[in-house]
Amino acid sequence: MQRGVRGLLARRFGRDALREGVDAPRVDRGLWRALGDAGFFSLRLPEAEGGVGLGLPEAVLVFEEAGRALLPGPLAATHLAAGVVPGAATGETVVTTVAGGGLVEWLDEADVVTGDATGAVPVRSVDPLTPLHRVPEGSRSAGPDGLLVLLTAAEQLGTAVRTCEAAVQHARTREQFGRPIGAFQAVKHLCAELLVRVEVARAAVYAAAVTADPVDIAAARLLADEAAVRGARDCLQVHGGMGFTWEADVHLCLKRAWVRAERGGSVTDSEETLAGELLTEVH
Amino acid sequence: MDLAYSPEEEEFRAGLREWLAKVLPTLPPKPSPDDWPARRAYDLGWQRTLYDAGYAHVHWDASPTVRLIFLEETEKAGAPYVGANFVGLLHAGPTIAAEGTAEQRARWLPPVLRGEEVWCQGFSEPGAGSDLAALRTRAYRDGDDYVVTGSKIWTSHAEVADWCELLVRTDPAAPKHRGISWLAMPMDAPGVTVRPLRTLAGSTEFAEVFLDEVRVPVTHRVGEENDGWRVTMVTLSFERGTAFVGEVVACRKVLGEVVAQARANGRWDDPGVRRRLGRLNAEFRTLWRLTQWNVSEAESSGGVPGVGGSVFKLRYSRARQELYDAAAEVLGPEGVDLGRPWVLDRLSSLSYTIAAGTSEIQRNIVGERILGLPKG
Repeated sequence: MQRGVRGLLARRFGRDALREGVDAPRVDRGLWRALGDAGFFSLRLPEAEGGVGLGLPEAVLVFEEAGRALLPGPLAATHLAAGVVPGAATGETVVTTVAGGGLVEWLDEADVVTGDATGAVPVRSVDPLTPLHRVPEGSRSAGPDGLLVLLTAAEQLGTAVRTCEAAVQHARTREQFGRPIGAFQAVKHLCAELLVRVEVARAAVYAAAVTADPVDIAAARLLADEAAVRGARDCLQVHGGMGFTWEADVHLCLKRAWVRAERGGSVTDSEETLAGELLTEVH
Repeated sequence: MDLAYSPEEEEFRAGLREWLAKVLPTLPPKPSPDDWPARRAYDLGWQRTLYDAGYAHVHWDASPTVRLIFLEETEKAGAPYVGANFVGLLHAGPTIAAEGTAEQRARWLPPVLRGEEVWCQGFSEPGAGSDLAALRTRAYRDGDDYVVTGSKIWTSHAEVADWCELLVRTDPAAPKHRGISWLAMPMDAPGVTVRPLRTLAGSTEFAEVFLDEVRVPVTHRVGEENDGWRVTMVTLSFERGTAFVGEVVACRKVLGEVVAQARANGRWDDPGVRRRLGRLNAEFRTLWRLTQWNVSEAESSGGVPGVGGSVFKLRYSRARQELYDAAAEVLGPEGVDLGRPWVLDRLSSLSYTIAAGTSEIQRNIVGERILGLPKG
């Protein structure tokens, strides 16, 4: 399943498609239906309801692939609407949601929005591949749905993997002072720490997918946000001057990671959830 | 990620728990950290107790998962650490088991299992730390003996050890990794001088060992002559693969105690303190998952721990230092009082980013062996 999604995205959403979207962001409806055919949205629906009958541990693997490809669109909201909103499971209906901080992604492109988006106003999104609206403060609901947070963490993990791969690739090939810059410890150690954060985030995300426990999800969210945001920053640093250009893809990783980090709502809330559990845990 | 245990593994856990509950209250009081002979007796006594109950072999031939359960349960129950048995059980022993002859295994392994002999490790030298292969302690052949001259440093338990796993240079002309041999040296041999070193925590946890024409029988060499580097790597991969299971359990326990302290002294009302402790909860519960995961990987790879140990050590060593820094914030002015809990531990934790391969060396390993970056 993971390999299938990876292959599909490699074929249908390569670098050209990514860069096209930067200039004219849109949800590629054909690709969404192809993802629907591959079971991306219906993965957790029972087979009797036309789904794949798998669970969260498998879902985080395919969301990791989507994050690695920087695939745009309200993927997690649509996945969570499968079986509830007609057409979501097959990728025919694009569903968005009111997420953390009252932010709504892809409101104009979406067919359905879950939650109350009344009075939403457009925001000049920092991420060229994620159009944003924001609902007024009064009409915002409480914290975001736990599964939305977990699937977002899986996307962050995938993007962290991408930044690690990109940094290593650049460090191996870019030469200065007569050798690849990855031979210098200052650069090599940035790359090593990128991998450490990826593997820690991976353990947190995969474990939270097995337990679906809110405390594990809070941990996965914090560590995956860290891996993606910090990873993109360090990847940018490894790329030097090229990393600061519009042409390089690094900024797309960072901006997406920033926007996704807001989906999970308040960081303080996640930290307080984890702190509160320390009071109850039996040691 | 498989987080479940088999019925046999759960049965092992239940039996161990029951035994620990029975045996721990019967142990003598822990000796003073400065009393080395008493520490030796205490640590060997615990190993003998494990041996008599059939648990002595767990480090060596149990599956990685059973080993994880053993370390988890003994730590949770507050059982004694391996202590002076560390090198014998986790370094020298596994090396002899993997590379020694039948005679060597029969001579050296049973006394380690039964808690009768203590080993120390003579690897690092004043001029060979991170660059271990640059070691210069020289051994030349004289009849049936090697004659060894040089010095070793950071040798834990040297004061009370019976044996030293010693790396020596047997071919000074060969490239540095190819002229090294692994010897088992009796610590009471003439020419061995031990000088304790005081750590910044005030204790004498390790020592310098000076070797002046020490005679070591050639039959005490494990592996071929000049093949000691490869033999050693077997030992080091054991160290990086299994060393931290108990420590992660210990960290989670400490975190809970720090929270209790924060509740008691009012620091818990500070949201900054709560958030910091919440982050540490994320850190240590994830490190525990990573441990379980590494163990199940080791299980499927036939028990050989991989380079993933370096990834783990990098994160764990920093997290543990942050844990004691957070404890100090909770303690406030009491955090500079050596009479308070965790203050000594905070000092000891400064070694974690240095011992068993510095964080810088670990990053080189991750960069070069996992990510495939060129050597500098």
